[in-house]
Amino acid sequence: MTFAEMIPAPRLAEVRPPGTTRLFASGRPAYSAHQRAYGPLPTVRDLSTLVREIEAAGLTGRGGAGFPTSRKIASLRSRTAAGGPPAVVIANGAEGEPLSVKDATLLRHAPHLVIDGLLLAASVAGAVEAYLYAGRDELAVVRQALAERQDASIVRLHEADDAFITGEASAVVNAIAGRAPVPSDHVVRLSESGLGGRPTLVQNVETLAQVALVARYGAAWFRTAGTDADPGTRLVSVCRDRGPTRVAEVPGGIAIEDALHAGGVNPRAVSAVLVGGFHGSWVPAHAFGTPLSPEGLAPFGAAPGAGILMALGFGACPLVVSSGIADYLSMESARQCGPCVNGLPAMASMLRRLAGRERNGGLPAEVRRLAALVSGRGSCHHPDGTARFVLSTLTVFAAEVDAHLAGRCTEVHA
Amino acid sequence: MSALRNELRRELRRESALLHIDWTACDGRGLCTELLPELLQRDEWGYPLSLGYGSNVPVPRALMDAAQDAVALCPRQALRMLGR
Repeated sequence: MTFAEMIPAPRLAEVRPPGTTRLFASGRPAYSAHQRAYGPLPTVRDLSTLVREIEAAGLTGRGGAGFPTSRKIASLRSRTAAGGPPAVVIANGAEGEPLSVKDATLLRHAPHLVIDGLLLAASVAGAVEAYLYAGRDELAVVRQALAERQDASIVRLHEADDAFITGEASAVVNAIAGRAPVPSDHVVRLSESGLGGRPTLVQNVETLAQVALVARYGAAWFRTAGTDADPGTRLVSVCRDRGPTRVAEVPGGIAIEDALHAGGVNPRAVSAVLVGGFHGSWVPAHAFGTPLSPEGLAPFGAAPGAGILMALGFGACPLVVSSGIADYLSMESARQCGPCVNGLPAMASMLRRLAGRERNGGLPAEVRRLAALVSGRGSCHHPDGTARFVLSTLTVFAAEVDAHLAGRCTEVHA
Repeated sequence: MSALRNELRRELRRESALLHIDWTACDGRGLCTELLPELLQRDEWGYPLSLGYGSNVPVPRALMDAAQDAVALCPRQALRMLGR
C-alpha cells in the first residue's frame, strides 16, 4: 500500500474538483486515486434525467465538431426505445491530428473517467456493446484500468492507427467492423445505422469524461467554470511551430492569449495562432484577446474544435509553414474521392509556389478556385477542412502574400 | 439578383429530389454528365460538378427521368436518388 492509499478517503459525495482542474484531479491513473478524487460512479436510475442534466450543462462534443452532446445521445435513445436493434457506443480516442495530444494525455492520466463516461453513455443509449478506440500505448493504460474494476465487462478495445482521418466517425465504425479505417459515403446517419447496421454513438473520450463529471456533480457545478456561451472546461493542446506540445485544461471562453500562457507559450513572441488544428483557421496577434469559443472565433472562420492551438513565432514565414501543412494534408487524403485526391495536391502545389516567391499574380486566385472546387465534394470533410485552412492562410497573411508575389518575404525563410 | 437566386434555390430544394454522388465510388467516367448536361458538368479531372452543390444535387421534375437513367446506368453505381 502506498502512502497516498493510506489516507482515509473523504466523504465521496462531498468531493468536487475545484477550479479548472477537473479531468486530471485524480493525479494518477489508478482506480483507487480515481475513486478518491471523484467518488464512485453514480447509479443513474432515471436516464432521461441524466440527458436533461447534460443538456442543462451545455456540454458540446470535444472531438472537433462541437455538437451538443445531449442531442446526440438522445437521438440514439429515441431510436432504441422505438424498438430498433440495440445500440452501440464508441469512445473515440483516435487523434489523427498530429498537433493534438489531449485525448492521449487524458487516457493515460484519467482512463477511469473515460470508462465511467462510456458506461454512462451506454446505459443512457440502451447499448449492450461499448468500444474504446485509441492508439496502442493508450489502450495499454486502459486495459490495465479495466482490469481494476468489475463493472466494465461490456467495454471492448480496438486499436486505432495514426492516419489523419482515422478519427472520423464513419472511419472509426469501419475500423471496428474490420474494414479499412477510412470514411464511407454516408447518406444515413450513424445514429440510425452504424456498426453492424445498429444505431451507433461515436463520442470523443474527453466528452465522455465530461459526462462522467456532469453525472456526479450536476449541470450547475459544470457551469461554474467557463462562460454562458461556452460552459465548463476544455482540454487544449498548445505548441509553437510544431515544437513540443503541452496539454492544459482551461475554462470555456478563455482568451486565446491566456490559453497560450496556460500551454507555456508567450503570446508576445507569436505572430499568429492556428486555432482548431490543420483543418482550422489562423487568428492574427492583434486578435489574441478573442475568446476561444464558437461565437468568439466565428469571425475568423474558426472554432475551438479539438482544442488545438499552434503558435507561429516571429521569424517563421507563415506561407512556408502553411504550405508544409497543405502538403501534409494532401498526402493524408484517404485516396477515395476524386476531387480530394486530385484537388488537394493541386491546391498545395499552388501554395508551395506562392511560398517559394514565384512572381505569378494569378496564384492566389487559382488557390481560391481550387478551394471552392473541392469543398463539399468528398465523403468526409477533409477537402472542406483543407480548403478552409488554405483560404484562411491567404486572408490572414494577405500582406505576406503580396510581398511574396513581389519576390520578397517579410520573414526569414528557414 | 442574389435574392432571386436564393429564392430559386429554395424552390428547387422544396420541389425536387436529390441526386446523391458517392465520391468513394465515382471514377469520373462521365456518363452522368452526358445524360444530365443541364445539371452536371465535368471538373478538370473528369468528376461530375454541379455549380453550387456538393454531394447532393437537386433535380428538377423535368429532369427526373434523365436522373433515374443516370442512377441506373452509372458503371460505378455511384449515384442514387435520395427520397424527400
